[in-house]
Amino acid sequence: MSAVAVAANDKAFETVRTPDPEPRPIKIKASDVSVFYGEKQALFDVSIDIPERAVTAFIGPSGCGKSTFLRCFNRMNDTIDICRVTGEMLVSDANIYDPRLDVVELRARVGMVFQKPNPFPKSIWDNIAYGPKIHGLAKTKAEFDVIVEESLQKAGLWNEVKDRLHEPGTGLSGGQQQRLCIARAVAVSPEVILMDEPCSALDPIATAKVEELIDELRENYTIVIVTHSMQQAARVSQRTAFFHLGILVEEGPTNVLFTSPKEKRTQDYITGRFG
Amino acid sequence: MFGYALLLIIAMSLIAYFVGRSAGSRFATNSQEKIHSLPSYHGAFVAVWVGIPALILLLLWVGLQGTAIDQLLLSSLPEQMTEGASASQLNLYLQEIHNVTTGRVFGEPSPEIKAAAERLIRWEAIARWAMLVVILALTIVVLMITRAQLSPRFRARNNVERIVSGLMIFCATLAILTTLGIIGSLLFEAWAFFQMVPVSEFLFGLNWEPQIPIREDQVAAAGAFGAIPVFTGTLLIAFIAMLVATPIGLLTAIYLVEYASDRVRSTVKPIMEILAGVPTVVYGFFAVLIVAPAVRDFGSVLGLAVSPNSALAAGGVMGIMIIPFISSLSDDALNAVPRAMRDGSLAMGSTRSETMLNVLLPAALPGIMGGILLALSRAIGETMIVVMAAGLIANLTFNPVDSVTTVTVQIVTLLIGDTSFDSPKTLAAFALGLVLFIITLCLNVLAIRIVQKYREKYD
Repeated sequence: MSAVAVAANDKAFETVRTPDPEPRPIKIKASDVSVFYGEKQALFDVSIDIPERAVTAFIGPSGCGKSTFLRCFNRMNDTIDICRVTGEMLVSDANIYDPRLDVVELRARVGMVFQKPNPFPKSIWDNIAYGPKIHGLAKTKAEFDVIVEESLQKAGLWNEVKDRLHEPGTGLSGGQQQRLCIARAVAVSPEVILMDEPCSALDPIATAKVEELIDELRENYTIVIVTHSMQQAARVSQRTAFFHLGILVEEGPTNVLFTSPKEKRTQDYITGRFG
Repeated sequence: MFGYALLLIIAMSLIAYFVGRSAGSRFATNSQEKIHSLPSYHGAFVAVWVGIPALILLLLWVGLQGTAIDQLLLSSLPEQMTEGASASQLNLYLQEIHNVTTGRVFGEPSPEIKAAAERLIRWEAIARWAMLVVILALTIVVLMITRAQLSPRFRARNNVERIVSGLMIFCATLAILTTLGIIGSLLFEAWAFFQMVPVSEFLFGLNWEPQIPIREDQVAAAGAFGAIPVFTGTLLIAFIAMLVATPIGLLTAIYLVEYASDRVRSTVKPIMEILAGVPTVVYGFFAVLIVAPAVRDFGSVLGLAVSPNSALAAGGVMGIMIIPFISSLSDDALNAVPRAMRDGSLAMGSTRSETMLNVLLPAALPGIMGGILLALSRAIGETMIVVMAAGLIANLTFNPVDSVTTVTVQIVTLLIGDTSFDSPKTLAAFALGLVLFIITLCLNVLAIRIVQKYREKYD
């Protein structure tokens, strides 16, 4: 109840926003998004613009609602029975909570990479081909081969696995598995890729590789990443949003947010005073 | 008297416990050294040592008293009676003596027998009291000895732990030994059967007519013990049962895991459990009174001659019986697939059914296969439904609307009524039982292996 009480007081609270020096086109526009788990409200009137072809990082202490918010972008919260989302969210100017919208189509446009690598218990080839197959993106095996190779190339995994495409994806190392999951997400040519703490289960070397990959993917995709590591947010993102207790406290260009935060809570968090 | 002896042992153990504990607490307060074990361990140590040997003695006594007294009785009989008498003759005497003591007298017993009966009564009374006295003496002696062992540094705790673990090992062994005993008795009787009927004829013969003449002059068929038609009948009914149960059970599980809302789930699951709890004999009624006539009527509409106890009716009802079995095991297997797998697939933009078909089912398949095999072994071993609803005549047929018989039905009919345990007709039941046991054992081992292999993958 305390979280709700705090939030109720903060209802009038305005997110501190710092615009980009040179504005980028907007890919996702969220307005007054609130999320409820049963009676409990997890997210309070969050509004944010996500720029196209850039990396936006969500940071904040555990339980602040950043992952919940991320999962609103491809309506993964639909899979939780008691979860309810209010507000408006536009991806490429189309409201994704429109009842006429097909969730399947949305998720083909907004891909997701999870915290723990979760390759399917199939071969590497089948893992990549899974998405294109269900969306009918290719017909012949040759076409699939092209998609598989391109996706693995983009995920920087091709050279490591090209000789064992038909071995199970679960046999790869953790870092390779996570890049396989990224390749899998890329395979359906999404516009947006959501990443929910993609490196939290990886060692530093694998993390560095994934971060490098995120930086490369930025050229073609809009990326939103949730991370616990502020260094990671600083390294890979162009914009950062700081969440606390279900509220978007502050958002702005990453270098501004980390060097001269305007809000005290942001400053406390990034200097390690809580969280 | 056994009850009194048991009470005596319990009472002595309680006394021993308090003696040991008070000794322990005295050590704790008086001793300069630190005591090794808590007083209650001292008590338990003494109590266990007083109780268990006395209990073993009691059981041995009860087990051996009868034979010992019988031997004494026989040797007390006059020489001319026992001289050169056969074992069965001696048994007859003993039987007569025991009958006289319980008052079941047919005709006038001989004076020797009467005298022996009086001796028997007297000796049994003596034995009863002797038992109590010996047990009392034993417990007191053991109590003294163990009490003397106690000291502040005595490791009562370790001793008690050892005894407790020994007790558990004993219980576990008991279960294993029982299993071995069952297998042994099956093997023994089946062996006797295979002395009379060759194994090859039993396993590969196509004719099952276990009617053999009981008396020499009786006119009857010579009897044929080819088990193939019995096993094909079993397989036919089990196959029909699986045909009914597997799709329904699996789809139920899929619905409950993936599609049903919490409310539906919390209603349907208990109902399925009720289905699992229905006694099989009730399913038998259902098969005989409702399903079999319905199948028959339906068949006559189609112009099919359906036997009143068709394999279809029996198998169908058996299938209904094992639906909850398959659905709950598949439910477990599907639930064991990590949520991340599901989310990953859904996030790729696949629908629920695509996720189920492409990701969840393949991942859960080993578990589901294990469940199906367990259900199959259950269907093969199921007795009551088929006894009530399946036929008795062993037809070698795969026609589901024909009447077939099963292994379990044959075992039941072979052993019902007056039978002698040395005719192949009776012994055939054990041979059938043995083969049935081996089949279900193999299925279970296979199923457990598959399920285990699958578990290693995600844990």
